[in-house]
Amino acid sequence: MAWETVIGIETHVQLSTKTKLFSRASTEFGKSPNTNVNLIDCGLPGVLPSVNKEAFYKAIRFGLAVGAQINQMSIFDRKNYFYADLPKGYQITQMDVPIVLGGTIDIETDKGIKTINITRAHLEEDAGKSIHDQFDGYSAIDLNRAGTPLLEIVSEPEISNAKEAVAYMKAMHQLVTYLDVSDGNMSQGSLRCDANVSVRKIGDPELGTRTEIKNINSFRFVEKAINFEVKRQIKQLENGEVVTQETRLYDSVKDETRPMRSKEFANDYRYFPEPDLLPVVISDKEMQDIKDNFPELAEEKEKRYTKDFGLSEYDAQILASSKIMADFFEQSTKETKNYALLANWLIGEIGAFLNKDAIEINQSKLTPSNLAMLINRIDDQTISGKIGKSIFEEMYASGASPDKIIESQGLQQISDDGEIEKIINSVIQENPDQVTAYLAGKDKLFGFFVGQVMKLTQGKANPQTVNTILKERLKE
Amino acid sequence: MSIQFKTIRELREMLDKKAISSEELTNETHKLAENLKDLNCFVTMNKDASIEKSKIIDQADKADSVLSGIPLAQKDLFCTEGLRTTCSSKILSNFIPPYTATAVKKLESAGSITIGKTNMDEFAMGSSNETSYFGNVHNPWKKGYVPGGSSGGSAAAVAAGIVPAATGTDTGGSIRQPAAHCGITGIKPTYGRVSRWGMIAFASSLDQAGPLARSAEDCAILLNEMSGHDSKDTTSLDIECTDLLDTINQPIKGLKIGIVKEFDLGDLDSEVQNRFEDSKKLYETLGAEFIEISLPNISASVPTYYSIAPAECSSNLSRFDGVRFGHRAENTEDLNDLYIKSRSEGFGDEVKRRILIGTYALSAGYYDAYYKKAQQVRRLIKNDFESAFKSVDLMMTPTSPGTAFAFGSKGAQNPIELYLEDLFTISSNLAGLPAISIPHGKVNSLPAGLQLIGNFLREDQILNAAHIFQKNSEFHLDKPSMEEF
Repeated sequence: MAWETVIGIETHVQLSTKTKLFSRASTEFGKSPNTNVNLIDCGLPGVLPSVNKEAFYKAIRFGLAVGAQINQMSIFDRKNYFYADLPKGYQITQMDVPIVLGGTIDIETDKGIKTINITRAHLEEDAGKSIHDQFDGYSAIDLNRAGTPLLEIVSEPEISNAKEAVAYMKAMHQLVTYLDVSDGNMSQGSLRCDANVSVRKIGDPELGTRTEIKNINSFRFVEKAINFEVKRQIKQLENGEVVTQETRLYDSVKDETRPMRSKEFANDYRYFPEPDLLPVVISDKEMQDIKDNFPELAEEKEKRYTKDFGLSEYDAQILASSKIMADFFEQSTKETKNYALLANWLIGEIGAFLNKDAIEINQSKLTPSNLAMLINRIDDQTISGKIGKSIFEEMYASGASPDKIIESQGLQQISDDGEIEKIINSVIQENPDQVTAYLAGKDKLFGFFVGQVMKLTQGKANPQTVNTILKERLKE
Repeated sequence: MSIQFKTIRELREMLDKKAISSEELTNETHKLAENLKDLNCFVTMNKDASIEKSKIIDQADKADSVLSGIPLAQKDLFCTEGLRTTCSSKILSNFIPPYTATAVKKLESAGSITIGKTNMDEFAMGSSNETSYFGNVHNPWKKGYVPGGSSGGSAAAVAAGIVPAATGTDTGGSIRQPAAHCGITGIKPTYGRVSRWGMIAFASSLDQAGPLARSAEDCAILLNEMSGHDSKDTTSLDIECTDLLDTINQPIKGLKIGIVKEFDLGDLDSEVQNRFEDSKKLYETLGAEFIEISLPNISASVPTYYSIAPAECSSNLSRFDGVRFGHRAENTEDLNDLYIKSRSEGFGDEVKRRILIGTYALSAGYYDAYYKKAQQVRRLIKNDFESAFKSVDLMMTPTSPGTAFAFGSKGAQNPIELYLEDLFTISSNLAGLPAISIPHGKVNSLPAGLQLIGNFLREDQILNAAHIFQKNSEFHLDKPSMEEF
């Protein structure tokens, strides 16, 4: 029997504002517990929320980027439930009137570009964190995250498999980082999603019963969790059982999803309009300001890279696909003019190192200045490309500047004709047999002579100079 | 020299003439409070800090504000930094706020001295001050009788002459009804005139802070200081507030006063009716003109209020969960058990009743029938007022259907009996309009109150009308004998 999968995704994007949605406490990540917390965040008696407009601007920027309708009058609602890390006993969110309505996101699939419709995106405050494993017999509450602005983006159920879901999340990541709406850091929880998954027989007009996998925080887990869940549901249906509508959690260690305890989601949230906040109105002028200061998106960057830097479409696309990489590239171009070589390095050698360590370039010790210097040294033939690679390894490991490494290790390329000729002469003298064989027509031995020269110069000889002089000398 | 029953004006004169120092005044006030502690109008005294502040005030050559050195009492739902704030609830019985409510801060910045925190109905839910965890407050006019509520402690402290004025809050009549029952003056301002920052919320869309005092003029003095936009409260109105004393003495000739057709006073005690008719006559002799107006949806105001207010309260009071502050139950099994026990132990019956009503009114399947419907009716009531105010300057009603009653005599079997205490006061909260209660004589030797409801932000008009009334009558000068205390 043939089954098809239907997936809708709710993405929670932490907006990269300096302060919280309804208080002036900092949103900085990684501070000691309960330090980014003020009276409002801990829900003290008598406190009232006040509005951080920056969060609205970011939400609107996202809405404009996906071609959505923007509600310039924002109304908030309370979602009531008890949890220890929810200080007020309710979350301020938008129920009836989301700030962003509609819009689309294009994703790349095996069959080409597919357009996913966005249902809505609304602003809400994040909760704090409960820590259950650090104090014996107690749970601890960290309210640093409480009140951080979130944009919850809800897609239509138009995603057909786990790969598309990953593509959707990658497109989302690219968009929110490009828009400077979020830092997109998934391991820190800045971007996470809930996946609503159901299966049905192909051709069935009715949707199957769905389950919601909560709080998935990496591309890999999105794929694995959905694949597991789809298999589980199909197996249940094929065994003649029914799928229960429920909330599930993905356990990455066991690679499985399992139901959350029913208590955790059996809630009537008793939504009602938040009486402590008047409607927040974004003026036409503010809207115009947002439009006038719209950041450049990936596609525009790609075009600019081919036009202004003469990059190939392929290179331009890879560099522009990540805002972090693109920023690094553009920073580097301020100090080197060999854009093609720079792109090559970023995509090839550097990309490989970053992949191996699974980090972004801004998390490495590399700086745009140092990289530009390395490119310049190769470009001006101070060093060869090969030496460049070993210098890079050290730069990557220690963060040292290439000039310092070159100087301290004496790695300057030998381009002086006289000096190279001397070395070539000695190679020829010391290998009479090979010279004879070469002259007898064994052309491949040319490489042997180059290798010997490089060995004697520890790779520092300029390969082009070596080639030219060696050819001349062997003719004689 | 006795300071009991003095108005702010009188105390100001004594201070300015150096007949008394601020320190002496503060000490005398504490003595009075101590002597009259059987009234039970205070939950917590601010003795040391208030005396400390009075000494600083005395060092200044000249008072820079009319309130400088004047002792005031604050209702115990205004957060006061370092001074216990309980909302008269067990659940907050150990809560010491790290900050001060804007309304109190403004009064304190003007030099007034907070001498203590007054008893109230628990979380301001009640009309008799009988729901307080800290016990009943006696009406200074008659021991064993309620002072009204929820600002019962503030009203009793002013009526007993301990302080010249006190702060209160009014969600459905909680300033005006106790003012009426205690024979003093109290005003509930326009919603948004006074910041709600630091006022522990009962029903956010209805709550408003205001003063209780011995005269309309003293109310104006306090309200002048309390008013004004506060960026910490997005519902506070961003408007310039004029000096309410500037217009308080204007003649009221030609003032158009509305009498609400739908409020049938025929069912009330005939003496209550007589007081109302007497006051009408007085206003007529002062040049006011009475016009009958209609508020067609007014009969729905009590049920509307008792859908909206509990709904908001059920959510507002969720934060009292025993996790971060306030009472936490001991020996709990898990988080849920902690919630259930802390809240069951911490809240009194009336608060629990309203949380349950509100939770029900917001529940899936009932929201449309209760909360949403109530909001729609609220809009209609507001519209009624808007159109009625096209033909009148203010409206006049009794403040309360009756006078103060004996402890335990109302609402014990049927809570709705008590809810009807707010019949005349609730609609101005629903419409967000200002309203004042002034004493206008006695019914069976207990004070009765007259309510004047003003148009949006027209506190100036109702204070003016109230002040002219008081200049031409002596009801507000009447004092309880205090022999029983």
